[in-house]
Amino acid sequence: MEATKMQLTDEQLAMLNGEQGETMAKVMKTLVMYGETFGAEKMVPVTSEFGHTVISFGLETMKPVYDLYQTIIDAGVASKQKFTADPKPIDPKIPTNFLQDVVFKKIMYTRQKSYEEQLRKLGITSDDDYTCTCYLNEVGNKPKKGDILSWAESSAVVYANSVLGARCNRNSGMIELMGSIAGFVPYFGFLTDDGRKADWVVEVKTTKKPEAQLLGSAIGMKVMEEVPYVKGLDRWLGSELDEDACTYLKDFGAATASNGAVGLYHIENLTPEAAEQGEGLIRENAKHYVIDDAELARVQASYPCIWKNPDAAPTLCFVGCPHMTLKQLKQWTEDVEQGLREAGRDKVTMTTVFTASPSVIREFEKTSYAARLQATGVILSYICPLMYMNNPLCKKAPVITSSNKLRTYTTARYYTESEILEKITKGGNDNG
Amino acid sequence: MAEFKGRCVVPGTCKAKALVSHGGFNTLASFQNALMFGDKKVKCGDQNNADLYKKPMAGVALCLPQTIGSTTGGMILFTACSMGRQPACMLFSMPIDPLAASGAILADVWTESKMPVVDNLGEEFLNAVKDGDEIEIREDGTVVIL
Repeated sequence: MEATKMQLTDEQLAMLNGEQGETMAKVMKTLVMYGETFGAEKMVPVTSEFGHTVISFGLETMKPVYDLYQTIIDAGVASKQKFTADPKPIDPKIPTNFLQDVVFKKIMYTRQKSYEEQLRKLGITSDDDYTCTCYLNEVGNKPKKGDILSWAESSAVVYANSVLGARCNRNSGMIELMGSIAGFVPYFGFLTDDGRKADWVVEVKTTKKPEAQLLGSAIGMKVMEEVPYVKGLDRWLGSELDEDACTYLKDFGAATASNGAVGLYHIENLTPEAAEQGEGLIRENAKHYVIDDAELARVQASYPCIWKNPDAAPTLCFVGCPHMTLKQLKQWTEDVEQGLREAGRDKVTMTTVFTASPSVIREFEKTSYAARLQATGVILSYICPLMYMNNPLCKKAPVITSSNKLRTYTTARYYTESEILEKITKGGNDNG
Repeated sequence: MAEFKGRCVVPGTCKAKALVSHGGFNTLASFQNALMFGDKKVKCGDQNNADLYKKPMAGVALCLPQTIGSTTGGMILFTACSMGRQPACMLFSMPIDPLAASGAILADVWTESKMPVVDNLGEEFLNAVKDGDEIEIREDGTVVIL
Protein backbone atom coordinates (compact mmCIF):
# COMPACT_ATOMS: atom_id res chain seq x y z
CA MET A 1 0.00 0.00 0.00
CA GLU A 2 1.33 3.42 -0.98
CA ALA A 3 1.38 5.89 1.94
CA THR A 4 0.15 9.34 0.97
CA LYS A 5 -0.36 12.63 2.76
CA MET A 6 -3.22 13.49 0.41
CA GLN A 7 -6.80 12.49 1.19
CA LEU A 8 -7.64 10.21 -1.73
CA THR A 9 -11.05 8.72 -2.49
CA ASP A 10 -11.40 4.94 -2.42
CA GLU A 11 -11.33 4.92 -6.22
CA GLN A 12 -8.14 7.01 -6.35
CA LEU A 13 -6.49 4.88 -3.67
CA ALA A 14 -7.37 1.71 -5.57
CA MET A 15 -5.84 3.17 -8.74
CA LEU A 16 -2.71 4.11 -6.82
CA ASN A 17 -2.45 0.61 -5.37
CA GLY A 18 -2.59 -1.07 -8.74
CA GLU A 19 -6.18 -2.29 -9.03
CA GLN A 20 -6.26 -0.89 -12.57
CA GLY A 21 -2.79 -2.18 -13.41
CA GLU A 22 0.79 -1.13 -12.87
CA THR A 23 0.76 1.62 -15.50
CA MET A 24 -2.30 3.36 -14.04
CA ALA A 25 -0.68 3.03 -10.61
CA LYS A 26 2.37 4.90 -11.93
CA VAL A 27 0.14 7.57 -13.47
CA MET A 28 -1.49 8.07 -10.07
CA LYS A 29 1.84 8.00 -8.23
CA THR A 30 3.13 10.73 -10.54
CA LEU A 31 0.08 12.90 -9.84
CA VAL A 32 0.19 12.24 -6.08
CA MET A 33 3.91 13.14 -5.83
CA TYR A 34 3.25 16.21 -7.97
CA GLY A 35 0.38 17.31 -5.71
CA GLU A 36 2.18 16.59 -2.45
CA THR A 37 5.15 18.69 -3.56
CA PHE A 38 2.78 21.66 -3.67
CA GLY A 39 0.81 20.87 -0.55
CA ALA A 40 -2.32 19.57 -2.29
CA GLU A 41 -4.62 17.82 0.13
CA LYS A 42 -6.87 16.21 -2.46
CA MET A 43 -7.49 15.49 -6.13
CA VAL A 44 -10.32 17.23 -7.99
CA PRO A 45 -12.05 16.04 -11.17
CA VAL A 46 -11.05 17.51 -14.52
CA THR A 47 -14.24 19.24 -15.68
CA SER A 48 -13.34 20.71 -19.08
CA GLU A 49 -14.61 18.90 -22.15
CA PHE A 50 -11.15 18.68 -23.74
CA GLY A 51 -7.52 18.57 -22.71
CA HIS A 52 -4.57 20.17 -24.51
CA THR A 53 -1.08 18.75 -24.85
CA VAL A 54 2.05 20.74 -25.55
CA ILE A 55 3.82 17.76 -27.12
CA SER A 56 3.09 17.82 -30.85
CA PHE A 57 6.43 16.83 -32.27
CA GLY A 58 8.03 13.50 -33.06
CA LEU A 59 11.63 14.38 -32.30
CA GLU A 60 14.18 11.58 -32.50
CA THR A 61 15.84 12.92 -29.35
CA MET A 62 12.66 12.62 -27.31
CA LYS A 63 12.50 8.83 -27.67
CA PRO A 64 12.02 8.34 -23.89
CA VAL A 65 8.75 10.30 -24.06
CA TYR A 66 7.31 8.18 -26.88
CA ASP A 67 8.49 5.00 -25.17
CA LEU A 68 6.57 6.03 -22.05
CA TYR A 69 3.47 6.84 -24.13
CA GLN A 70 3.73 3.45 -25.83
CA THR A 71 3.78 1.84 -22.39
CA ILE A 72 0.53 3.67 -21.64
CA ILE A 73 -1.06 2.65 -24.97
CA ASP A 74 0.06 -0.98 -24.59
CA ALA A 75 -1.48 -1.07 -21.11
CA GLY A 76 -4.81 0.00 -22.62
CA VAL A 77 -4.90 3.11 -20.43
CA ALA A 78 -6.73 5.68 -22.58
CA SER A 79 -7.28 9.35 -21.86
CA LYS A 80 -10.66 10.02 -20.24
CA GLN A 81 -11.06 13.14 -22.37
CA LYS A 82 -10.08 13.92 -25.94
CA PHE A 83 -7.50 16.65 -26.40
CA THR A 84 -5.99 19.11 -28.86
CA ALA A 85 -2.24 19.48 -29.38
CA ASP A 86 0.34 22.18 -30.12
CA PRO A 87 1.26 23.00 -33.74
CA LYS A 88 3.19 20.58 -35.93
CA PRO A 89 6.89 21.24 -36.52
CA ILE A 90 6.85 20.65 -40.28
CA ASP A 91 4.70 22.07 -43.09
CA PRO A 92 5.51 21.36 -46.75
CA LYS A 93 4.39 24.92 -47.58
CA ILE A 94 7.53 26.33 -45.92
CA PRO A 95 10.30 26.44 -48.53
CA THR A 96 13.31 24.30 -47.59
CA ASN A 97 16.58 23.53 -49.31
CA PHE A 98 18.09 20.06 -49.67
CA LEU A 99 20.12 20.35 -46.47
CA GLN A 100 17.09 21.46 -44.44
CA ASP A 101 15.08 18.58 -45.85
CA VAL A 102 17.73 16.14 -44.70
CA VAL A 103 17.97 17.69 -41.22
CA PHE A 104 14.19 17.94 -40.69
CA LYS A 105 13.08 14.64 -42.16
CA LYS A 106 16.06 12.32 -41.73
CA ILE A 107 17.58 13.55 -38.46
CA MET A 108 15.17 15.55 -36.34
CA TYR A 109 11.50 14.71 -36.87
CA THR A 110 11.86 11.06 -37.79
CA ARG A 111 9.22 10.12 -35.21
CA GLN A 112 6.58 12.61 -36.37
CA LYS A 113 4.39 10.12 -38.21
CA SER A 114 4.56 7.46 -35.51
CA TYR A 115 3.93 10.02 -32.77
CA GLU A 116 0.84 11.36 -34.54
CA GLU A 117 -0.39 7.77 -34.66
CA GLN A 118 0.22 7.52 -30.91
CA LEU A 119 -1.83 10.70 -30.38
CA ARG A 120 -4.74 9.19 -32.34
CA LYS A 121 -4.66 6.19 -30.00
CA LEU A 122 -4.36 8.38 -26.93
CA GLY A 123 -7.30 10.59 -27.96
CA ILE A 124 -6.51 13.67 -30.10
CA THR A 125 -9.75 15.35 -31.23
CA SER A 126 -8.79 15.38 -34.92
CA ASP A 127 -5.82 15.43 -37.25
CA ASP A 128 -6.56 19.13 -37.77
CA ASP A 129 -6.37 20.21 -34.16
CA TYR A 130 -2.68 21.04 -33.91
CA THR A 131 -2.39 24.63 -32.67
CA CYS A 132 -1.29 26.61 -29.61
CA THR A 133 -4.53 28.65 -29.89
CA CYS A 134 -6.91 25.77 -29.20
CA TYR A 135 -9.24 28.19 -27.38
CA LEU A 136 -10.22 30.13 -30.51
CA ASN A 137 -13.80 29.64 -31.68
CA GLU A 138 -12.67 28.09 -34.96
CA VAL A 139 -10.87 25.31 -33.06
CA GLY A 140 -13.47 24.86 -30.35
CA ASN A 141 -11.47 23.84 -27.29
CA LYS A 142 -12.72 26.77 -25.23
CA PRO A 143 -13.18 26.02 -21.53
CA LYS A 144 -15.89 27.66 -19.46
CA LYS A 145 -15.21 29.95 -16.51
CA GLY A 146 -14.39 27.81 -13.48
CA ASP A 147 -13.59 24.67 -15.47
CA ILE A 148 -10.73 22.57 -14.08
CA LEU A 149 -8.21 21.77 -16.82
CA SER A 150 -5.32 19.42 -17.30
CA TRP A 151 -3.53 21.39 -20.03
CA ALA A 152 0.03 22.21 -20.92
CA GLU A 153 1.30 24.94 -23.29
CA SER A 154 2.34 28.07 -21.49
CA SER A 155 0.51 30.52 -23.78
CA ALA A 156 -2.74 28.50 -23.75
CA VAL A 157 -2.70 27.97 -19.98
CA VAL A 158 -2.16 31.66 -19.21
CA TYR A 159 -4.97 32.56 -21.65
CA ALA A 160 -7.39 29.99 -20.21
CA ASN A 161 -6.69 31.13 -16.64
CA SER A 162 -6.66 34.86 -17.25
CA VAL A 163 -9.05 35.59 -20.11
CA LEU A 164 -11.48 32.67 -19.79
CA GLY A 165 -11.37 32.31 -16.01
CA ALA A 166 -10.73 28.57 -16.18
CA ARG A 167 -8.46 26.93 -13.61
CA CYS A 168 -5.26 25.22 -14.64
CA ASN A 169 -1.78 24.97 -13.23
CA ARG A 170 1.24 25.58 -15.41
CA ASN A 171 1.59 21.88 -16.01
CA SER A 172 4.50 20.40 -17.80
CA GLY A 173 4.18 18.35 -20.96
CA MET A 174 3.44 14.69 -19.99
CA ILE A 175 1.87 15.68 -16.66
CA GLU A 176 -1.11 17.12 -18.56
CA LEU A 177 -1.73 13.74 -20.20
CA MET A 178 -1.47 11.99 -16.83
CA GLY A 179 -4.28 14.23 -15.54
CA SER A 180 -6.43 13.56 -18.61
CA ILE A 181 -5.87 9.81 -18.20
CA ALA A 182 -6.67 9.73 -14.48
CA GLY A 183 -9.52 12.24 -14.79
CA PHE A 184 -8.19 14.00 -11.67
CA VAL A 185 -5.63 16.68 -10.94
CA PRO A 186 -4.12 17.69 -7.59
CA TYR A 187 -5.79 20.70 -6.01
CA PHE A 188 -3.22 23.44 -5.56
CA GLY A 189 -1.93 26.69 -7.07
CA PHE A 190 -4.18 28.29 -9.68
CA LEU A 191 -6.96 25.81 -8.89
CA THR A 192 -7.50 27.47 -5.52
CA ASP A 193 -8.96 30.91 -4.80
CA ASP A 194 -5.89 31.90 -2.80
CA GLY A 195 -3.54 30.83 -5.60
CA ARG A 196 -5.26 33.31 -7.91
CA LYS A 197 -4.51 36.36 -5.79
CA ALA A 198 -2.15 38.98 -7.24
CA ASP A 199 1.38 39.32 -5.86
CA TRP A 200 2.17 42.40 -7.95
CA VAL A 201 0.45 45.61 -8.94
CA VAL A 202 1.71 46.70 -12.35
CA GLU A 203 0.87 50.23 -13.41
CA VAL A 204 0.94 50.92 -17.15
CA LYS A 205 1.71 54.61 -17.72
CA THR A 206 2.68 54.66 -21.37
CA THR A 207 1.73 57.50 -23.70
CA LYS A 208 0.39 55.12 -26.37
CA LYS A 209 -1.03 51.60 -26.49
CA PRO A 210 1.90 49.39 -25.52
CA GLU A 211 3.03 46.66 -27.89
CA ALA A 212 1.42 43.49 -26.49
CA GLN A 213 4.47 41.27 -26.75
CA LEU A 214 6.81 43.91 -25.35
CA LEU A 215 4.60 44.72 -22.37
CA GLY A 216 4.18 41.00 -21.69
CA SER A 217 7.93 40.51 -21.84
CA ALA A 218 8.60 43.36 -19.38
CA ILE A 219 6.03 42.03 -16.91
CA GLY A 220 7.14 38.41 -17.29
CA MET A 221 10.78 39.27 -16.65
CA LYS A 222 9.82 41.27 -13.55
CA VAL A 223 7.22 39.08 -11.83
CA MET A 224 8.53 35.68 -13.02
CA GLU A 225 6.01 33.04 -11.81
CA GLU A 226 3.92 35.38 -9.67
CA VAL A 227 0.51 36.85 -10.47
CA PRO A 228 0.35 40.46 -11.70
CA TYR A 229 -2.69 42.74 -11.38
CA VAL A 230 -2.31 45.20 -14.24
CA LYS A 231 -3.72 48.71 -13.90
CA GLY A 232 -4.00 51.24 -16.70
CA LEU A 233 -4.22 48.80 -19.58
CA ASP A 234 -8.00 49.10 -19.77
CA ARG A 235 -7.34 52.66 -20.91
CA TRP A 236 -6.04 51.14 -24.16
CA LEU A 237 -8.08 47.93 -24.35
CA GLY A 238 -11.42 49.12 -22.99
CA SER A 239 -13.49 47.28 -20.44
CA GLU A 240 -15.03 44.61 -22.67
CA LEU A 241 -13.40 41.35 -23.60
CA ASP A 242 -14.14 41.83 -27.29
CA GLU A 243 -12.20 40.21 -30.11
CA ASP A 244 -9.53 42.92 -30.21
CA ALA A 245 -8.93 42.76 -26.47
CA CYS A 246 -8.75 38.94 -26.50
CA THR A 247 -6.29 39.00 -29.40
CA TYR A 248 -4.10 41.52 -27.59
CA LEU A 249 -4.18 39.43 -24.42
CA LYS A 250 -3.33 36.27 -26.38
CA ASP A 251 -0.04 37.84 -27.52
CA PHE A 252 0.58 39.67 -24.23
CA GLY A 253 0.08 36.50 -22.20
CA ALA A 254 2.36 34.39 -24.38
CA ALA A 255 5.16 36.88 -23.73
CA THR A 256 4.54 36.94 -19.95
CA ALA A 257 4.63 33.14 -19.88
CA SER A 258 7.78 32.69 -21.97
CA ASN A 259 9.85 35.68 -20.86
CA GLY A 260 8.94 34.85 -17.28
CA ALA A 261 6.73 32.05 -15.99
CA VAL A 262 3.38 33.78 -15.60
CA GLY A 263 0.40 31.41 -15.50
CA LEU A 264 -2.28 33.93 -14.57
CA TYR A 265 -2.67 37.69 -14.82
CA HIS A 266 -5.52 40.04 -14.02
CA ILE A 267 -6.29 43.14 -16.09
CA GLU A 268 -8.19 45.74 -14.09
CA ASN A 269 -11.79 46.24 -15.28
CA LEU A 270 -11.33 43.69 -18.05
CA THR A 271 -10.48 40.05 -17.27
CA PRO A 272 -13.28 38.12 -15.54
CA GLU A 273 -11.98 37.91 -11.98
CA ALA A 274 -10.62 41.46 -12.01
CA ALA A 275 -13.96 42.74 -13.28
CA GLU A 276 -15.79 40.88 -10.50
CA GLN A 277 -13.44 41.28 -7.54
CA GLY A 278 -11.38 44.35 -8.41
CA GLU A 279 -8.58 45.18 -5.99
CA GLY A 280 -9.87 42.50 -3.64
CA LEU A 281 -7.68 40.19 -5.72
CA ILE A 282 -4.50 41.97 -4.63
CA ARG A 283 -2.54 40.50 -1.73
CA GLU A 284 -1.50 42.68 1.17
CA ASN A 285 2.03 43.97 0.68
CA ALA A 286 1.93 43.32 -3.06
CA LYS A 287 5.01 44.55 -4.92
CA HIS A 288 4.78 47.42 -7.40
CA TYR A 289 6.14 47.88 -10.91
CA VAL A 290 5.57 50.95 -13.06
CA ILE A 291 5.89 50.65 -16.83
CA ASP A 292 6.28 53.77 -18.94
CA ASP A 293 7.66 54.41 -22.43
CA ALA A 294 11.24 54.50 -21.12
CA GLU A 295 10.86 51.16 -19.36
CA LEU A 296 9.55 49.48 -22.50
CA ALA A 297 12.43 50.98 -24.50
CA ARG A 298 14.88 49.72 -21.88
CA VAL A 299 13.43 46.21 -22.05
CA GLN A 300 13.54 46.08 -25.85
CA ALA A 301 17.13 47.38 -25.90
CA SER A 302 18.16 44.68 -23.42
CA TYR A 303 17.44 41.81 -25.83
CA PRO A 304 20.71 40.33 -27.03
CA CYS A 305 21.24 39.86 -30.77
CA ILE A 306 22.97 36.54 -31.21
CA TRP A 307 23.11 36.37 -34.98
CA LYS A 308 26.50 35.34 -36.29
CA ASN A 309 26.59 38.66 -38.14
CA PRO A 310 24.47 41.21 -36.23
CA ASP A 311 24.45 43.48 -39.30
CA ALA A 312 23.15 40.81 -41.66
CA ALA A 313 20.07 41.52 -43.77
CA PRO A 314 17.20 39.35 -42.50
CA THR A 315 16.18 36.55 -44.85
CA LEU A 316 13.18 35.06 -43.04
CA CYS A 317 10.35 36.54 -40.99
CA PHE A 318 7.81 34.78 -38.77
CA VAL A 319 4.61 36.38 -37.54
CA GLY A 320 2.22 34.26 -35.49
CA CYS A 321 3.71 32.81 -32.32
CA PRO A 322 1.22 32.21 -30.80
CA HIS A 323 -0.88 31.43 -33.88
CA MET A 324 -2.77 34.37 -35.40
CA THR A 325 -6.51 34.89 -35.25
CA LEU A 326 -8.71 35.28 -38.32
CA LYS A 327 -8.98 39.01 -37.67
CA GLN A 328 -5.21 39.35 -37.30
CA LEU A 329 -4.71 37.63 -40.66
CA LYS A 330 -7.13 40.03 -42.33
CA GLN A 331 -5.56 43.10 -40.69
CA TRP A 332 -2.03 42.03 -41.58
CA THR A 333 -3.14 41.39 -45.17
CA GLU A 334 -4.38 44.97 -45.41
CA ASP A 335 -1.27 46.35 -43.70
CA VAL A 336 1.12 44.42 -45.94
CA GLU A 337 -0.76 45.54 -49.05
CA GLN A 338 -0.63 49.15 -47.87
CA GLY A 339 3.08 48.92 -47.03
CA LEU A 340 3.90 47.44 -50.42
CA ARG A 341 1.90 50.13 -52.19
CA GLU A 342 3.83 52.82 -50.35
CA ALA A 343 7.10 51.15 -51.26
CA GLY A 344 6.11 50.61 -54.90
CA ARG A 345 6.59 46.87 -54.55
CA ASP A 346 4.50 43.81 -55.46
CA LYS A 347 6.02 41.27 -53.07
CA VAL A 348 7.44 41.18 -49.55
CA THR A 349 11.17 41.76 -49.28
CA MET A 350 12.04 38.44 -47.64
CA THR A 351 10.53 35.01 -47.10
CA THR A 352 7.69 35.83 -44.74
CA VAL A 353 5.56 33.25 -42.94
CA PHE A 354 2.32 33.96 -41.12
CA THR A 355 1.13 31.11 -38.91
CA ALA A 356 -2.36 30.15 -37.74
CA SER A 357 -4.26 27.03 -36.78
CA PRO A 358 -5.51 24.74 -39.58
CA SER A 359 -9.11 25.68 -38.64
CA VAL A 360 -8.42 29.42 -38.85
CA ILE A 361 -6.56 28.96 -42.14
CA ARG A 362 -9.56 27.07 -43.52
CA GLU A 363 -11.88 29.96 -42.57
CA PHE A 364 -9.41 32.53 -43.94
CA GLU A 365 -9.25 30.69 -47.24
CA LYS A 366 -13.01 31.10 -47.61
CA THR A 367 -12.50 34.88 -47.75
CA SER A 368 -11.13 37.11 -50.52
CA TYR A 369 -8.24 38.00 -48.21
CA ALA A 370 -6.53 34.66 -48.87
CA ALA A 371 -5.76 35.42 -52.52
CA ARG A 372 -4.74 38.97 -51.59
CA LEU A 373 -2.27 37.74 -48.96
CA GLN A 374 -0.90 35.15 -51.35
CA ALA A 375 -0.35 37.86 -53.97
CA THR A 376 1.97 39.70 -51.56
CA GLY A 377 4.21 36.65 -51.39
CA VAL A 378 3.46 35.90 -47.73
CA ILE A 379 3.26 32.18 -46.94
CA LEU A 380 0.43 31.07 -44.66
CA SER A 381 1.24 27.99 -42.59
CA TYR A 382 0.07 25.94 -39.60
CA ILE A 383 3.67 25.30 -38.53
CA CYS A 384 5.14 25.97 -35.08
CA PRO A 385 7.86 28.56 -35.80
CA LEU A 386 9.63 27.62 -32.59
CA MET A 387 9.94 23.99 -33.62
CA TYR A 388 10.94 25.00 -37.14
CA MET A 389 13.81 27.10 -35.82
CA ASN A 390 15.20 24.53 -33.41
CA ASN A 391 18.03 23.36 -35.63
CA PRO A 392 21.63 24.47 -36.33
CA LEU A 393 20.80 25.65 -39.84
CA CYS A 394 18.37 28.25 -38.52
CA LYS A 395 20.89 29.37 -35.93
CA LYS A 396 23.02 30.75 -38.73
CA ALA A 397 20.09 32.44 -40.51
CA PRO A 398 19.13 36.04 -39.73
CA VAL A 399 15.48 35.49 -38.80
CA ILE A 400 13.21 38.26 -37.52
CA THR A 401 9.91 38.02 -35.67
CA SER A 402 7.29 40.02 -33.79
CA SER A 403 7.05 37.16 -31.26
CA ASN A 404 8.80 37.59 -27.96
CA LYS A 405 8.30 33.88 -27.30
CA LEU A 406 10.15 32.96 -30.48
CA ARG A 407 12.91 35.42 -29.56
CA THR A 408 13.28 33.81 -26.16
CA TYR A 409 13.72 30.25 -27.39
CA THR A 410 15.58 30.73 -30.67
CA THR A 411 18.07 33.02 -32.42
CA ALA A 412 15.24 35.04 -33.98
CA ARG A 413 15.51 38.79 -33.48
CA TYR A 414 12.52 40.65 -32.08
CA TYR A 415 10.96 43.74 -33.63
CA THR A 416 7.66 45.42 -32.89
CA GLU A 417 4.83 44.74 -35.33
CA SER A 418 5.24 48.12 -37.06
CA GLU A 419 8.98 47.54 -37.40
CA ILE A 420 8.33 44.09 -38.84
CA LEU A 421 5.83 45.53 -41.31
CA GLU A 422 8.38 48.12 -42.39
CA LYS A 423 11.06 45.48 -42.93
CA ILE A 424 8.95 43.03 -44.90
CA THR A 425 7.37 45.67 -47.15
CA LYS A 426 10.09 48.29 -47.53
CA GLY A 427 13.27 46.39 -46.69
CA GLY A 428 16.11 48.21 -45.03
CA ASN A 429 18.43 46.88 -42.41
CA ASP A 430 19.03 49.47 -39.78
CA ASN A 431 19.00 46.78 -37.09
CA GLY A 432 17.70 49.34 -34.70
CA MET B 1 32.11 24.78 5.05
CA ALA B 2 28.51 25.98 5.08
CA GLU B 3 25.32 23.98 5.64
CA PHE B 4 21.84 24.74 4.35
CA LYS B 5 18.67 22.82 5.14
CA GLY B 6 16.07 22.42 2.45
CA ARG B 7 13.15 20.16 1.58
CA CYS B 8 13.63 16.89 -0.35
CA VAL B 9 11.44 16.85 -3.45
CA VAL B 10 13.23 13.77 -4.79
CA PRO B 11 15.34 12.22 -2.02
CA GLY B 12 18.88 10.98 -2.50
CA THR B 13 22.52 11.73 -1.83
CA CYS B 14 25.34 12.90 -4.07
CA LYS B 15 28.53 14.92 -4.37
CA ALA B 16 29.15 17.20 -7.33
CA LYS B 17 30.62 20.53 -8.35
CA ALA B 18 28.29 23.52 -8.31
CA LEU B 19 27.06 25.42 -11.35
CA VAL B 20 25.09 28.49 -10.33
CA SER B 21 22.31 30.36 -12.10
CA HIS B 22 21.23 33.48 -10.24
CA GLY B 23 18.35 34.13 -12.64
CA GLY B 24 15.43 31.86 -13.55
CA PHE B 25 16.56 28.71 -15.35
CA ASN B 26 14.78 28.27 -18.69
CA THR B 27 14.71 24.48 -19.09
CA LEU B 28 13.73 24.33 -22.75
CA ALA B 29 16.13 27.05 -23.88
CA SER B 30 18.94 25.55 -21.77
CA PHE B 31 18.63 21.90 -22.80
CA GLN B 32 17.06 21.78 -26.24
CA ASN B 33 20.09 22.09 -28.50
CA ALA B 34 22.25 19.82 -26.39
CA LEU B 35 19.65 17.05 -26.34
CA MET B 36 18.75 17.45 -29.98
CA PHE B 37 22.28 17.25 -31.24
CA GLY B 38 23.79 14.74 -28.86
CA ASP B 39 26.00 17.05 -26.79
CA LYS B 40 27.04 14.71 -23.98
CA LYS B 41 28.34 17.59 -21.85
CA VAL B 42 24.94 19.28 -22.24
CA LYS B 43 26.22 22.82 -22.68
CA CYS B 44 23.58 25.38 -21.76
CA GLY B 45 21.97 26.92 -24.85
CA ASP B 46 20.08 29.78 -23.21
CA GLN B 47 21.55 33.01 -24.51
CA ASN B 48 19.52 34.95 -21.96
CA ASN B 49 21.27 33.27 -19.05
CA ALA B 50 24.68 34.90 -18.79
CA ASP B 51 25.62 32.72 -15.78
CA LEU B 52 25.20 29.43 -17.62
CA TYR B 53 25.35 30.06 -21.38
CA LYS B 54 27.66 27.51 -23.04
CA LYS B 55 28.66 25.91 -19.70
CA PRO B 56 28.31 22.09 -19.35
CA MET B 57 25.37 21.06 -17.17
CA ALA B 58 25.62 17.25 -17.14
CA GLY B 59 26.75 15.87 -13.79
CA VAL B 60 26.89 19.21 -11.97
CA ALA B 61 25.07 20.35 -8.85
CA LEU B 62 22.77 22.82 -10.59
CA CYS B 63 21.98 25.67 -8.18
CA LEU B 64 19.13 27.93 -9.19
CA PRO B 65 16.23 29.99 -7.88
CA GLN B 66 13.46 28.37 -9.99
CA THR B 67 12.86 27.31 -13.58
CA ILE B 68 11.01 29.51 -16.07
CA GLY B 69 9.65 29.31 -19.59
CA SER B 70 7.77 26.86 -21.76
CA THR B 71 5.62 24.09 -20.33
CA THR B 72 7.72 21.55 -22.23
CA GLY B 73 10.18 22.05 -19.37
CA GLY B 74 9.32 18.94 -17.39
CA MET B 75 9.36 16.74 -20.46
CA ILE B 76 12.79 18.08 -21.37
CA LEU B 77 14.10 17.34 -17.88
CA PHE B 78 12.54 13.85 -17.97
CA THR B 79 14.24 13.20 -21.32
CA ALA B 80 17.61 14.40 -20.05
CA CYS B 81 17.27 12.04 -17.06
CA SER B 82 16.20 9.12 -19.25
CA MET B 83 19.26 9.66 -21.42
CA GLY B 84 21.61 9.95 -18.43
CA ARG B 85 22.41 13.58 -19.28
CA GLN B 86 20.90 15.23 -16.26
CA PRO B 87 22.61 17.35 -13.62
CA ALA B 88 23.80 15.30 -10.64
CA CYS B 89 21.23 17.14 -8.55
CA MET B 90 19.11 20.27 -8.65
CA LEU B 91 19.21 22.69 -5.72
CA PHE B 92 16.55 25.40 -5.60
CA SER B 93 16.86 28.44 -3.38
CA MET B 94 13.10 29.06 -3.72
CA PRO B 95 10.16 26.62 -3.55
CA ILE B 96 10.34 24.42 -6.64
CA ASP B 97 8.08 25.38 -9.56
CA PRO B 98 5.57 22.96 -11.17
CA LEU B 99 7.58 22.42 -14.37
CA ALA B 100 10.81 21.42 -12.65
CA ALA B 101 8.89 19.31 -10.15
CA SER B 102 7.11 17.49 -12.98
CA GLY B 103 10.34 16.61 -14.74
CA ALA B 104 12.03 15.41 -11.56
CA ILE B 105 8.98 13.38 -10.46
CA LEU B 106 8.42 11.83 -13.91
CA ALA B 107 12.06 10.77 -13.94
CA ASP B 108 11.80 9.35 -10.43
CA VAL B 109 8.61 7.35 -11.09
CA TRP B 110 9.18 6.19 -14.68
CA THR B 111 12.98 5.81 -15.04
CA GLU B 112 15.93 4.26 -13.19
CA SER B 113 17.84 7.56 -13.09
CA LYS B 114 18.63 9.24 -9.81
CA MET B 115 18.65 13.02 -9.58
CA PRO B 116 18.11 14.25 -6.02
CA VAL B 117 16.18 17.50 -5.86
CA VAL B 118 16.13 19.86 -2.87
CA ASP B 119 14.22 23.13 -2.71
CA ASN B 120 13.63 25.95 -0.20
CA LEU B 121 17.35 26.40 0.45
CA GLY B 122 16.96 30.15 0.79
CA GLU B 123 18.48 33.15 -0.92
CA GLU B 124 21.52 32.92 1.34
CA PHE B 125 22.38 29.58 -0.26
CA LEU B 126 22.41 31.10 -3.74
CA ASN B 127 24.50 34.02 -2.43
CA ALA B 128 27.02 31.67 -0.83
CA VAL B 129 27.53 29.03 -3.50
CA LYS B 130 29.97 29.65 -6.37
CA ASP B 131 30.71 27.83 -9.62
CA GLY B 132 33.06 24.90 -8.97
CA ASP B 133 32.32 24.60 -5.21
CA GLU B 134 32.18 20.97 -4.06
CA ILE B 135 28.62 20.21 -2.91
CA GLU B 136 27.34 17.32 -0.80
CA ILE B 137 23.67 16.46 -0.41
CA ARG B 138 22.44 14.39 2.51
CA GLU B 139 19.32 12.24 2.64
CA ASP B 140 17.47 14.69 4.90
CA GLY B 141 17.80 17.58 2.46
CA THR B 142 20.89 19.14 4.03
CA VAL B 143 23.18 20.70 1.44
CA VAL B 144 26.81 21.26 2.38
CA ILE B 145 29.24 23.53 0.54
CA LEU B 146 32.51 21.74 1.35
